[in-house]
Amino acid sequence: MTSERVSALPAAPSRPGGARLWLLGIYPLALIALLVLLVLRLGPLGVFQAAFPPVEDLTITRVRLTPGQFQVHVTNGGADPVTIAQVLVDEAYWEHTVAPQRTIPRLGSATVTIPYPWVEGEAHEIVLVTATGLTFSHTVEVAAPSPQPTRAFLLTFTLLGVYVGVLPVFLGMLWFPFLRALGRRWIHFFLALTAGLLVFLGVDALEEALATAAALPTAYHGTALVAVGTLGAVMLLVVAGRLAARRGPRPLVVAYLIALGIGLHNLGEGLAIGAAFNLGEVALGAFLVIGFMLHNTTEGLGIVAPLARTPPGVGHLVLLGLVAGVPTIQGAWLGGFTYSPVLAALFLALGAGAIFQVVYEIARLMAADAAEGLATALNAGGFVLGLLIMYVTGLLVAV
Amino acid sequence: MGFDPSAYLTRFDWGRARPLGGGGSLREYQVVAYDREIEIAPGVFFPAWTFNGTVPGPTLRAREGDRLRIRFINAGTHPHTMHFHGIHTAEMDGVPGIGAGEVAPGRSTVYEFRAEPFGLHLYHCHAVPLKRHIHKGLYGVFIIDPAGGRPPARELVMVLNAFDTNFDGENEVYAVNTVAFHYMRHPIRVRRGELVRIYLVNMTEFDPINSIHIHANFFHVYRTGTRLRTDEFTDTIMLAQGERAILEMRFPYRGRYMFHAHVSEFTELGWMGFFEVTDDDL
Ligand SMILES: [Cu+2]
Repeated sequence: MTSERVSALPAAPSRPGGARLWLLGIYPLALIALLVLLVLRLGPLGVFQAAFPPVEDLTITRVRLTPGQFQVHVTNGGADPVTIAQVLVDEAYWEHTVAPQRTIPRLGSATVTIPYPWVEGEAHEIVLVTATGLTFSHTVEVAAPSPQPTRAFLLTFTLLGVYVGVLPVFLGMLWFPFLRALGRRWIHFFLALTAGLLVFLGVDALEEALATAAALPTAYHGTALVAVGTLGAVMLLVVAGRLAARRGPRPLVVAYLIALGIGLHNLGEGLAIGAAFNLGEVALGAFLVIGFMLHNTTEGLGIVAPLARTPPGVGHLVLLGLVAGVPTIQGAWLGGFTYSPVLAALFLALGAGAIFQVVYEIARLMAADAAEGLATALNAGGFVLGLLIMYVTGLLVAV
Repeated sequence: MGFDPSAYLTRFDWGRARPLGGGGSLREYQVVAYDREIEIAPGVFFPAWTFNGTVPGPTLRAREGDRLRIRFINAGTHPHTMHFHGIHTAEMDGVPGIGAGEVAPGRSTVYEFRAEPFGLHLYHCHAVPLKRHIHKGLYGVFIIDPAGGRPPARELVMVLNAFDTNFDGENEVYAVNTVAFHYMRHPIRVRRGELVRIYLVNMTEFDPINSIHIHANFFHVYRTGTRLRTDEFTDTIMLAQGERAILEMRFPYRGRYMFHAHVSEFTELGWMGFFEVTDDDL
């Protein structure tokens, strides 16, 4: 059998089939297994075990406050099991229980429950002392009851999501009639502006993802996790875009991709808001909410910009707005009730990747549509203006 | 065998005594330094350097004027010495570079001097870096009784000490006699009305001072124990690093009485306990 395509690789002289192919694929694995066995039996592993005390690596992932009690969630990210022997709160040994058990295996988790008369609005320091005397600490900056998944809090987070995510996106989409009345060059200006907005969001999300990843237990390899999320999102959207292109007009496909990218970004934003609420930081809140509203209004503009010359039906516009805005609500729920730094880093990375992919799609859309190329002064101005708008509105939302 | 702070309170090492001509005794002691992991709070282990396997080391006791011969063997992993507080020659001072100097692992030496002055003293390793050799656990109490003795009493040795478990130059665990909260769980039993004599030595590293406060009572203070008349009648005293005092008191009522550092921070980090005053025979 010969391939008809010209390949850069030299064609194999003859291709084995069936069982023989499987064998060729598997025998290096078998050799590796043998090698591992040999190293475990005879190798120099003793060097790593004998002389050095274990380096313990506990990470406090979350502290929940209920009346008269702390609940501390810890993960063991080190190479060896770690035993929690004692607990200090505000420099005093304190009674506590550990579930499921005091000794936490590698990558295992435990919950330390500490009855403690904490004081609302004040800071408290919690220190876990391991059996070898090492200490791992966490400071509750502003003590306040953690939100419970009650109807009231669910409603609060939903409203928060609607205010900062859904409504602003739809408001931004109200620019649609205005865009439709513009000529091609000005539409391109607004597309470039959208690209500017998105690049800013992407960089922001990536930074946020890396910062969250840095706080993860080392065994999770946070930075690598962010790389997987970002590049994974890019590849996913490439495939999604290809599949969708067979069905609908290109501008509509790009608009959906933008909405999806922004939706993922808003999920991360919701996570941050929910988590901030959880940490008792949203007392600063009203200002933050207004900041997010202004910030996210520009996202609505970005979604409709590609559609100016081929207007879709109202149904599509509503759906686009929902795709971009509603994830803010889910994000707020996740962040508020079950904040997991691993998931947060992953979602933020996905959002970043999606956004970069969308910028690429916008550029392709503009290139296909423009005779004079992308690099016009007007486009450059639009792009920079997009960055600046995000920078200025972003100043309002430093969580 | 684990270290029992309750037994430590009343355990004295008088050495192997032989009468000397002229009334006094020759006392011979053996002290071995070695590394050992000790439990300093329930579940918390500390890689200590010890004299005879415990922190504090054995309470060495003699009578004023006795001839003392302390055979010191270093079975540890670092050079160590024994430096005694008291009056002796430079060669017997147990500091680096003088006399035997630092005793290398696997080597030994003999410290020999007259027991003077009477009082409550201490001994500790003086190898460098000094701070580390002390806070790792190389210290103990050294009591020289006055020639005429002291009135009979229930005698208790209490060493104020602390441990830096994460090596950040601050203590995480404070205690009397090493184990945090031990005497909360196992109160010190004394009889109502009997004379109680506490040999109190402050070996806390990193924190310049420590203190003791005994509830619902007052005690007589004999600073350093070097005079037989009392200096003070109080319920709280403060000791700097290496300072010590003998306290004498009687408990007039039955019940449980707390004692703790009046440095409140230390209290909740392990330095507190109870006296249990009873009418029972002990
Ligand atoms: Cu030493």
